[in-house]
Amino acid sequence: MTLDEASVPRFGAGVRFQHDRVRDAWVVLAPERLFLPDAQAIEILKCVDGRTSLGGIIDQLAARFDAPRAVLAADVGAMLQDLADKGAIRI
Amino acid sequence: MSNADAPLGLIAELTHRCPLQCPYCSNPLELARSAAELPTEEWLRVFEEAAALGVLQLHLTGGEPTARRDIVALVRRASELRLYTNLITSGVLIDQAMLDALAGAGLEHIQLSFQDLDPANADRIGGYAGGHAKKLELAERVTRAGLALTANFVVHRQNLGRVPEMIRLAEALGAGRVEIAHVQYYGWGLVNRPALLPTRAQLDEATAAVDAARESFKGRLAIDYVVPDYYATRPKACMGGWGRRMLNIAPTGKVMPCHAAEILPGFTFPSVREASLSDIWYHSDAFTRFRGTDWMPEPCQSCDRREIDWGGCRCQAFALTGDASRTDPACALAPDHQVMLEAVRESEAAPADLVYRRIGAGTGLAKPPGSGAASQSAMPQEADGVGP
Repeated sequence: MTLDEASVPRFGAGVRFQHDRVRDAWVVLAPERLFLPDAQAIEILKCVDGRTSLGGIIDQLAARFDAPRAVLAADVGAMLQDLADKGAIRI
Repeated sequence: MSNADAPLGLIAELTHRCPLQCPYCSNPLELARSAAELPTEEWLRVFEEAAALGVLQLHLTGGEPTARRDIVALVRRASELRLYTNLITSGVLIDQAMLDALAGAGLEHIQLSFQDLDPANADRIGGYAGGHAKKLELAERVTRAGLALTANFVVHRQNLGRVPEMIRLAEALGAGRVEIAHVQYYGWGLVNRPALLPTRAQLDEATAAVDAARESFKGRLAIDYVVPDYYATRPKACMGGWGRRMLNIAPTGKVMPCHAAEILPGFTFPSVREASLSDIWYHSDAFTRFRGTDWMPEPCQSCDRREIDWGGCRCQAFALTGDASRTDPACALAPDHQVMLEAVRESEAAPADLVYRRIGAGTGLAKPPGSGAASQSAMPQEADGVGP
């Protein structure tokens, strides 16, 4: 499964992205897995809603953080591809 | 030592009752009777304490957790507390009504155990006639209900040649994850070790099959592999380290760093009936004694892997050397490493007879009833960092 900008990423079955009040931290909970996203990954994952394409997510983030789109595109794509390879993100 | 991080996972062994009799069951040889089990309201309170303590994932297991009549109520409360709820089951007691109720109560994930790919051999190993067919049927109903499914295959000398087909079956059943879990040799597994331990060649073939499948199934099926310690050169980080990530509660309410710890002498494992989970996690002798690295003997103490494998497994050190504080014999640097090599030699000539798990059957050979077992999962949770 290789993501391109038309792909619509969503969390896989049994995968939850939530804020943990005890640690005051965002976590991705999956079957026998637990991922601790860093600050940049958190902003990306907040855009994953199962409707917005990868290209749309990059556009949103580029506008919000006033960042060069090409740089963001590489980072966002790589992060979501990594989680897709691990089964936490599906397209 | 109170500088520990909060626990990530709670393994709740709701009962030791189980319709299967797998000869490698992770339960202790001394099984708890149903009258000694914690009642519903105590489990509910324990789940509340766990969530407040920082537990994120709840693993409901047994025995067979669905043998508890209150299983749906327990799942519902856990879900309300925002605990990620995982049911580790043999599946044979789950009809459509129960599955619908569990899904409606907020269950996230089902880990379904398989004893083999071959139905006759699977039913023989589990000691439960017709079990395999029920599991296949349940797997399809689970994915149809939209629940995440893991197929857990427990592997050993008597089924190890079928690993590639096991992985293909897992995908065909709609599982998002498959676990190829070698028997871990504690309790019932240790009793049956001579009949179950694979040869080096069998192990290498299975490992190569898993490596190849990980590449070809990437992104479609997550594949976890639990290896047997007997051919290792370094030990596993058992439970991610003693008292570092996980709590295990036995059916009677005893709290332990892992499910096998009950065998360790010189420990008093506190009960949820006597102390708070927080107090037990941060302050009890049971959780602090082997936490971190201060307790370690040489060669662990000066080893650069001491915070990778955390000294391996305390229960294995005890089971094989009689002393829980020794270096895990799985490590090639351990002074007791030769006991692993001797066990391999012993099993090479051993017959395939099995001692089945049942109350009061801890010794002597027992025949399977009618033809009839448990899940083997030694996976501590990973906490992976994710970032671009």
